[in-house]
Amino acid sequence: MQKKVIFKGAVLPYLLLAPQLLITGIFFFWPAGQAIYQSFLREDAFGLSVEFVGFENFLDVVRDQTWLDSAGRTLLFSGSVAVLALGSALFLAVQADKHIRGADVYKTLLIWPYAVAPAIAAVLWLFMFHPNIGLFGRMLNGLGIPWDYRLNGNQAMLMVIMASAWKQVSYNFIFFLAGLQSIPRAVLEAAAIDGAKPARRFWTIIFPLLSPTAFFLLVVNLVYAFFDTFGVIHSLTHGGPGKATETLIYRVYTDGVINLNLGSSSAQSVILMLLVVALTVIQFRYVERKVHY
Amino acid sequence: MATLTLRDIKKSFGATHVLHGVDLDVTDGEMIVIVGASGCGKSTLLRIVAGLETETSGEVLIAGQSMKGLEPADRDVAMVFQNYALYPHMSVFQNMAYGLKIRGLPKDQIQHRVDEAAGLLGIGHLLQRKPRELSGGQRQRVAMGRAIVREPKLFLFDEPLSNLDAKLRVELRAEIRRLQRRLGVTSLFVTHDQVEAMTLGDRLVVMNAGRAAQIATPMEIWERPADTYVAGFIGSPSMNLLHATLEAGGAAAILDAGGLRLPFADGPRAGAAGRKLIIGIRPEHLRPGQGGLDVMVELVEPLGGESVLHGKLADGTPLTARLPGARYEDGATQLALPTESLHVFDGETGKRIEAGG
Amino acid sequence: MSVTTDATALAERTRRRQFREKIVTHVCLLAGILIFVFPIYLTLIGSTHDVNTIGRGDVPLLPGAEAVANYTQAWGAGGGRYMGTPAGTMLANSLIMALCIAVGKIAISLTSAYAVVFFRFPLRMVFFWLIFITLMLPVEVRIIPTFQVMVDLGLTNTMAGLVIPLIASATATLLFRQFFLTIPDEYVEAAKIDGAGPIRFFIDVVLPLSRTNIAALFVILFIYGWNQYLWPLLIVNDRSLETVVVGLTKMIGTGDQQNEWNVIMATAVFALLPPVAVVVFMQRWFVKGLTETEK
Repeated sequence: MQKKVIFKGAVLPYLLLAPQLLITGIFFFWPAGQAIYQSFLREDAFGLSVEFVGFENFLDVVRDQTWLDSAGRTLLFSGSVAVLALGSALFLAVQADKHIRGADVYKTLLIWPYAVAPAIAAVLWLFMFHPNIGLFGRMLNGLGIPWDYRLNGNQAMLMVIMASAWKQVSYNFIFFLAGLQSIPRAVLEAAAIDGAKPARRFWTIIFPLLSPTAFFLLVVNLVYAFFDTFGVIHSLTHGGPGKATETLIYRVYTDGVINLNLGSSSAQSVILMLLVVALTVIQFRYVERKVHY
Repeated sequence: MATLTLRDIKKSFGATHVLHGVDLDVTDGEMIVIVGASGCGKSTLLRIVAGLETETSGEVLIAGQSMKGLEPADRDVAMVFQNYALYPHMSVFQNMAYGLKIRGLPKDQIQHRVDEAAGLLGIGHLLQRKPRELSGGQRQRVAMGRAIVREPKLFLFDEPLSNLDAKLRVELRAEIRRLQRRLGVTSLFVTHDQVEAMTLGDRLVVMNAGRAAQIATPMEIWERPADTYVAGFIGSPSMNLLHATLEAGGAAAILDAGGLRLPFADGPRAGAAGRKLIIGIRPEHLRPGQGGLDVMVELVEPLGGESVLHGKLADGTPLTARLPGARYEDGATQLALPTESLHVFDGETGKRIEAGG
Repeated sequence: MSVTTDATALAERTRRRQFREKIVTHVCLLAGILIFVFPIYLTLIGSTHDVNTIGRGDVPLLPGAEAVANYTQAWGAGGGRYMGTPAGTMLANSLIMALCIAVGKIAISLTSAYAVVFFRFPLRMVFFWLIFITLMLPVEVRIIPTFQVMVDLGLTNTMAGLVIPLIASATATLLFRQFFLTIPDEYVEAAKIDGAGPIRFFIDVVLPLSRTNIAALFVILFIYGWNQYLWPLLIVNDRSLETVVVGLTKMIGTGDQQNEWNVIMATAVFALLPPVAVVVFMQRWFVKGLTETEK
């Protein structure tokens, strides 16, 4: 799509595009190409020779039981984060959309956590649930529940899920609230006159009308859980204990940056890229459909 | 101030031909109104003159100089847009001054010109306002002011009154005419409203499907429309167009509906007996009277001093009449056709046939 | 008679029910807010106590007397077991990085969107898609090769290295393109007749009209820049370039009990404050920007 009325210029448009294209080329396409290229190569142990190994790296990755475990863990982690963050955000948005005194103050107080970095969210949860210095961590131990997320894998997973979801609620809240506010009041009034009780109104009218927003947010939350939560995991558990909180993205980091296994790390990167592409395509096809209606 | 000449202007967008060759000569200080239904190419023609579109072939000359390849800014024209196109973030003063500022006019001159134009238009008290704080009529005046301060060779108006309510439109129409006369700037004015066209133009260009169907003064067009399109377009309600055939000898037409014989008051038409004709008669020229058309009136619209009758002839052809007074009723009646008010067109081409032609 | 009584009774019941519902709504929202505010409150309180109080785990719920000492130490000297970077330095780094990223992204997105919308030139759509595709390439999925590029260009451990690669932005370009398409054609035509060329039109008309969009994007991009984690972690190991988000987690390390928790908590407050302040004070633009960029 373009404007009918335009300016003439042979060089100017290229000059205007140049900075963006330069940065995109050097820091996006070149490395992405390198990742794909390296995913087909393997270095020997001393870094002396490089050979082309075809899909060997990919096969190694998907045959590796620890990678498969990590993939499963990522699914569990991302699903939990998305459900928790979406569910509580929807609940709060429905409450905040009601005509009550102080609604604006409530909104402001629920929106600001958007500004908190995932890593900082993790630190805040650490302050609460640290087994020695955290208020709740000590409380749990005091109640006879052995709590130390640094030793117990399940507890560690619970911690990163909670901290990650906690940070994402406000984002979802903003979108759900915008979605709720865009539902025409007349539709709700018609339902009320038809005699539908509030709960019924929610499930038969509001929820279906919100489903585009909900779907969009589901995709965004999954992408968030796959990638942006690196900061949460890195600052809270470093993927541990053992590999209890090692998600796919964390593994790319350890294999590439810590273990310097470039071939495998690149192959994993390429697999993740494909995942993002798939999610983006789904989202855009969906957005297109929404525009259509 | 300058003359404007269009030579065989053609324009196509891909395979769509929008203009099929328009010629026009505008004398210095003349106000030309280009009128036509939407999609007839009138706006495209104006935009070609402005330089906003490039003609596919043909030539635009302003003050005798070819405008080929010149940007709008270099043509020394000013334009008033349908939606005014006032920059929303600039004050009225800034909007009017913008074109002068770009041309590098000294500040005191800009101030002087804007003040003068604002005084002329009665918007001096609005200079510091933003466009959104103005009413529709005020915005219209600012858009005019922006054109006036430029002191251009040519004013171009692209349906500038169509977004106003009826009362304001009439007011501003008269004002535009007065201003244009006073400033004496050659002007092109595009509209789809035939009343606007009749009242504003020194001459009209009636456009139809990418061609200039007729270029003439408003009265010439009303009295001697060049074809059935112009005949139907100019005048309200529209001219009645009735199928007929030429009588042997060419002295009269025989109406298809009812076989009424209509002698030509201004002389015989050429052609063989049975030549297909279209007879035009304006609704206001019909009169109640015996021995005329048999009409079944279906609806009477009283307008106070006069009434508009909608009815049908025997064969179902619709007919409209505008008659003095208000005492008409539905039902069968007879209407007389004064033979001196008839228009004769060719049944095939729709072109006007003059006496002897 | 009985109808009236019934109606009155029903109205009374309805009134009570509505009152109950209002109370429930308030309670739910307050609970929600508590969940979000409490961790911050705890951190604020922690940052006002001395190291031993927190280390023992006797976490009090009321402020202590050490606030000035803790914040002074965090600001000027840093903390953690291996004496981290002073928060003052880290905050300055974060601020510079966030500002440069926000301003840079907005600048290059404005010009590239302008080129794509207001000009027609060979390869226009190709360029548009090249920018668009980068939506699908978050930093995280191309860590290693991007890092290698940075090494080759000598950009590691530099502020330029922190900022420049993050400046390309498909989202901002898309937003501006969307907005530019809504600018009426007649403005362009009026400008042409006024004699304004593309650069003047950009400066005199397009930029002023984009003000709200720019403000909205600025908020979002500032937070995006401030909250960067993986990228600074990879690119910078020079302490003097440490950003506060990464620096804070380095201070915590593996979460040892012996950490200087009081200083860490004071630093956490420093790290939180600027982006939260931006969101709260620019809430109107921020919400608009967010819901429009991502839809």
